[in-house]
Parts: sequence; structure tokens; C-alpha cells
Amino acid sequence: MALTGLQIFKMLPKSNCKKCGKPTCLAFAMALAQKKANLDECPTVSDEARTALAEASSPPIRMVKFGTGDSQVQIGQETVMFRHDEKFYNPTVIAVNVSDSLTGDALKSRLEQINELQFERVGTHIQVNAVAVVNDSGSADSFAACVEAVSQGSSLAMILLSESADALSAATAKVAGVTPLIGYATADSAEAVAKVAKENKCPVIAAGADLETLADLTEKIKAAGVEDIVMAIQKTALKDQLHTLSEARALALKKTFRPLGYPTISLAVQGSPDEQAAEAISLLCKYSSVVVIETAEKYAVLPILTAIMNIYTDPQKPVQVEAKIYPIGEPGDDAPVLLTTNFSLTYYTVESDVEASRVPSYIMVVDTEGTSVLTAYSGDKLNEKVVGEALKKHNVADLVKHKKLVIPGYVAVMSGKVEEETGWEVIVGPRESSMLPKFLQEAV
Amino acid sequence: MPVPRVADTFKGAVSRVTIGATAEEGGTRTTTVTVGGASNVVYGGEPGKLGEKPVIAIDVPDSAPQDWSDALAAQYKDVFDDPAAWAKKAVDEYGADLICLKFDGIHPDKGDLGADHAVKVTKDVLAAVGVPLILWGSGNDAKDNQVMPKVSEAAKGENCLIGTVTEDNYKSLTAIALADSHKIITEAPLDINIGKQVNILVSDMGYPLENIVTFQSTGALGYGIEYTYSIQERQRLATLGGDKMMAMPSVVDVGSEAWRAKEAKSDAPEWGPAEARGPMWEAATAIVLLQSGTDIIRLRHPKAVATVKNFIKEMW
Repeated sequence: MALTGLQIFKMLPKSNCKKCGKPTCLAFAMALAQKKANLDECPTVSDEARTALAEASSPPIRMVKFGTGDSQVQIGQETVMFRHDEKFYNPTVIAVNVSDSLTGDALKSRLEQINELQFERVGTHIQVNAVAVVNDSGSADSFAACVEAVSQGSSLAMILLSESADALSAATAKVAGVTPLIGYATADSAEAVAKVAKENKCPVIAAGADLETLADLTEKIKAAGVEDIVMAIQKTALKDQLHTLSEARALALKKTFRPLGYPTISLAVQGSPDEQAAEAISLLCKYSSVVVIETAEKYAVLPILTAIMNIYTDPQKPVQVEAKIYPIGEPGDDAPVLLTTNFSLTYYTVESDVEASRVPSYIMVVDTEGTSVLTAYSGDKLNEKVVGEALKKHNVADLVKHKKLVIPGYVAVMSGKVEEETGWEVIVGPRESSMLPKFLQEAV
Repeated sequence: MPVPRVADTFKGAVSRVTIGATAEEGGTRTTTVTVGGASNVVYGGEPGKLGEKPVIAIDVPDSAPQDWSDALAAQYKDVFDDPAAWAKKAVDEYGADLICLKFDGIHPDKGDLGADHAVKVTKDVLAAVGVPLILWGSGNDAKDNQVMPKVSEAAKGENCLIGTVTEDNYKSLTAIALADSHKIITEAPLDINIGKQVNILVSDMGYPLENIVTFQSTGALGYGIEYTYSIQERQRLATLGGDKMMAMPSVVDVGSEAWRAKEAKSDAPEWGPAEARGPMWEAATAIVLLQSGTDIIRLRHPKAVATVKNFIKEMW
């Protein structure tokens, strides 16, 4: 929780020396509280005050990074319970597990499968971001060998999961350079695992069956010199897991309870691919920062990644599609050209209805800063000039042999001006996109 | 280490709505369904605060659908022209809690079938299954106003859930639902203010608030689901804050929306086999919306039904 100006003031020198540029220490404290000043501007602040203030101003949920270079991922530092309150910042990382009982070709083909879990959808690249190596074998040597092989066979960020501190120690040493996330540190193994994490400068997973145990554990690990902690809430039932994740998030955000102010990791590795996808989706919506799955079926992974894409969009910013010409089907030079805006919902609706018509067409999307047709028109973001420029920019006259443009029924009023400005004949389409199939089949 | 408690004290709760009437209650249903009752945010507080278990309504079109993708249509090919047999299959084989009888066939552009047809289908389906019914119009105001009152009358006493009514078209259906004692669905176009407004309009006609189920419009996974998600979360928070005009259970139309998505229907082997992809996309859409708090889920593919049912069983 942020400190008030008065709380900060109590920790300042109260000398009113003006060196910070403010007339009094109180004024400086107020500026600090509003984040309009930086504590470094005060040359005489004590170290104790500096530590206390830094602590108070640090985010309620710590950010943790693992992996290196292009494969580095960051999790945590969330600030709200509900996306509409602000936004969710660091998208959930999906990891696929690899058992250390796999060797040779079996391991190779598993890694190939995982590396292929990358998709292009609506112009965005989405992918699985991590591999979780699991010490099923119980052997430290097998684990270390498998971890090393995985680091060579995949460039994804790594998570190392074992109940044994010795196995973690052996495996982490092999891949310390790529900063894996390692666990589990339990009540029994916390010191030993924290030591491995500290030596190899990597983040650590604290695992406990309830929040009390976890709060003790994170404090213990922090005392051992490791601050980058991820929490695993070990509940058997999904129901308990989700309720506890919600409670941990609420404690971190509403009570600024620092022992639980860390990102979280959960497993969804049981059952069919469909069941795993369902579990993973609920976990990523409700506050798990990393979700480990077992399935590498594309049909199950794509909806998981899409759900992350959707839930982590900024609700303040309308999602936009690229302003360009979209061919639907295989349009020829007599295909109709339809105009719409670049608000993603508007475009998807139009696209889907044009597809449903089975009439090959072009959709010309103009940039209205992500607003819908009526809003864009009212805000003068959709006018004859915008339409004229788009027709020219995309060389639409070269795509089709006619000069007819279908405009949304809601902006029929701009027909005359568009015809005047562009020299294209305007055909007024239906008001509702759902009427497009009928319109296209009959009118064009 | 002792952990502080996050004790949210909420004033409101989602109202409980029962759909269907048994013989003792003046209908002919063998089961009824009660939804709503949540008294916290999803997964907030104790598990008991989640309220009643969400239920699944399987879509039954009033006439053979024109635009269903092959993977989906194949599941119902033996009953494609027979709504009563379709409904029976949905209940007996696929485990529907309710049937959503969808009157697309009366739409002027999709068959323009008349009231006689709609009434007959309603009676046939009521006779074929014992679960409660949702009676959902075509979306064409003029035609719905002409046909849906007759459908309502044909199902009088059955305590159906009938809809939808919108800000611009609520009077005739609200009046008939009141007369025939059906529950009602209020619809809004992904706009929480309109959602509240239509509830106010309907209640101003003397229709009881506790008989309303809201439909905030549904976006499919990948196609605007985040708008539905946040509106549902905001609706729940308004409910908990004591806003009686928002304290209704909600319904989502997952089946038709999810199957419009490219990922569900197109032949794209790079996204995995089509027969697995469609039902997964449908189930995934439902699961996302369950996280935001919803009560009745309209579904189509039996495999999606199975996945969602399994999830609900784990959570409630």
C-alpha cells in the first residue's frame, strides 16, 4: 500500500533545507506520495528512511524474471483483482512439462513437439514460453542429464521441478547461464534449495499446502538471500487451488501482505488435453502466473494461449486490426469492396458475416483508432477524406474493375460526400452486419 | 505464520431463479433447474459463496439449420429435421440440463416460418423431454412480436425462460411472459448501462426483478470474449454492492458464437485436427466465461458439453 505524504514526512530530515527544490520537507513528502518526485533528490535522507520508503513503494506483487535473452519471461507485478480496474500486466506463462525419464529420440521428439507450439492469429504471434523438466526418475544424474539435453534442444525458458535439493543442485549447475526457475523449496528443503538458487542466481519456487506455510517459507527463503520467489499452492482439488490463488492475490493487493506478494505457478497436467485446457484456462484467468501443462496438442494449446491474449489486453484501449484490404475467399476483379473500421470487434463481425455469405469479397478497413462505425463517424474519424486516402493507399482501383464501394448502413448519410471526394459509386449496405450474407447474395 | 483475513462484506447476492414446473407446480416437467445465488466474486471467500451450480442448455433449432459447420452438424445428422428428436437426444445422450429452443426459422431471412410452426415445435419438444425449456426468439423484432407471444401461450404453466427482450423491444414479450408466468431474458449489446436500463424498463412494467436472467451478449474466445468477461465481472460486483437492478443470474450464448470462429470451423491442419478443434474452442469459450461468473451456458457440441460439465463438477 502506498504511503501518505504525512507518513513519508515523518521519515524525512525535516530540515527544510530546500536542496530538493521544494520549499519544505512536507511539500517534498507530498510530491513523493504523488510520485511527482524521487527520493534521490533529497541529499540528506537517512539510510533507514531510504530502506523503509523503498520497501513501502515496492510493488505489492514482486516481478520475477527467468530465462535469458529473447526467451526471458517476466511474471508478477500485478496490481488489480479485475482487469477492468486497470489491466493485467504480465501475461501468464504456459510451460509444457518434460519427464526426465525420457531420453534419446523420445526426448528429442517431445522437444520438437513443444517447440512447434507457436501460432499466428489475427496478426499476432503467440506461443508456449517455457519447458518444465520434471524429476520423475528420482535420480539426480538423470535429471541433470535431461535438463542439459533440454537446454540444448529448446531455446525456451526452463523450469526445473524436483523434490530433491541434490537433484536440483546437480541440474541447476548445468544450466545456470540461462537462469532457470527452480523448485520445489518445501518446509524441509527450503535452506538447501535456496542455497542452490543463490549460488546460481536463479529464482526459486516455494511450495506449500496452505498460505500460512507459504508465508513462512517465503520469509525463510528471503532470509537466505533469495528474493525472486514464485509460489506453488499445492492443493489436490482444482476448486481449493483456485480459491487459495484468489485469497493470495487479495492478501497481496488489499492487505499488502508481503510474505505472499509473489507470482504463482500451478499445474494442469492431469486428464485429457481438453480437461487440461479447461483447468489451465481457469488458472490463468484467476491469478496463476505460470501454468504447467502436459498436453502438447495444438488444438488444446491454441485456446489456452488465445485466452491469455484476450484476458491480458488493456481494457482501456480498444483492440485494433491492421487498416488494410482483407481478401475474403478468393475475390476476383468483380468482387464487391466493403468498407468498415479497424475496431477489432467490428471487423471480426463483418469478416465472419462476409465469410458466411460465401461471396468472395474485399473488406477495406480504415484506421478509426479502434472505434466502431457510428462512434468513428460521430468523432469525424470516419469521413470522405479517410475513405479516399484508404482507396488510394491500397490501390483498390487496381484490384477490381468496378468503382463501387459498399458502406455500412449506419453511415448512409456520408454517401454523397464520399462519391464527390473519391469518384467511386457508393452502395449503402445493411445497418446490421448480420444482414450482410443476404445483402451480398442478392444485391451485389 | 498467521495470515490476515480478507473479509469482504457484501450487501447483495445474485438472485435465485428457478426454471421449469413439475406436475405439482402446474407444469409437466420432470426436473426443474435453479441458478444464481452467488454471494461473492468467483472464487472469492469460501467455496459455498459460488452459489448454485451453472447449468448447460443445449441448442435445439426449430428447423434444420443452414449454416452449421460439418463437424458440428454431424453430431445431430439423424435428428436434423426433427426438433423433438433433437431435444431428446440432447437430454438422453448428451446430458443437457435444459433445452434452448432457438427460433431461427421464423426469421424473415432464414425461413420466415409462421406461428403455427413455432407453436407445434414448442409442444412437440415439451412432450419429448422432461427438462425445462428456454424459448429464444429470432432477433427480428417484428417477427418475434408476432410469433413469440403464441409460443409463450403454448408453453403456459411450464415456467419457461423466454426471450429476449431489448431496450427497443420489450413490451409485448414482457407482458405475455407476465401473463403466462414465464421467466424472462433481458438482452444488451455488450453495454452494462443498457443492460441495467432494460432491466429497469421491464421491471417498470410490473415484471418481478427476481424472474429476470440477463444476456449481455457473448463474444467468442479470440473474438471479443474479454468484453463479455469484464461486463460479467462488473455485473457481479454491482450485484454484491447491492444493486438490485443488476442482481440477476446470466446466460451466455457460447454455441453459436464459438462456432463462428475460424479456429473452430476452418480446415487448418496447422492448428490441429478439425474434429477436436471445434468442440475445444466451444468448451474453452465457456470455461473463460465461467471464470467471470455466469449461470446458464448455451452449448452445441456433445464433446464441449462433456468438457464443461466435467469442469463444473470439479468446481461445485
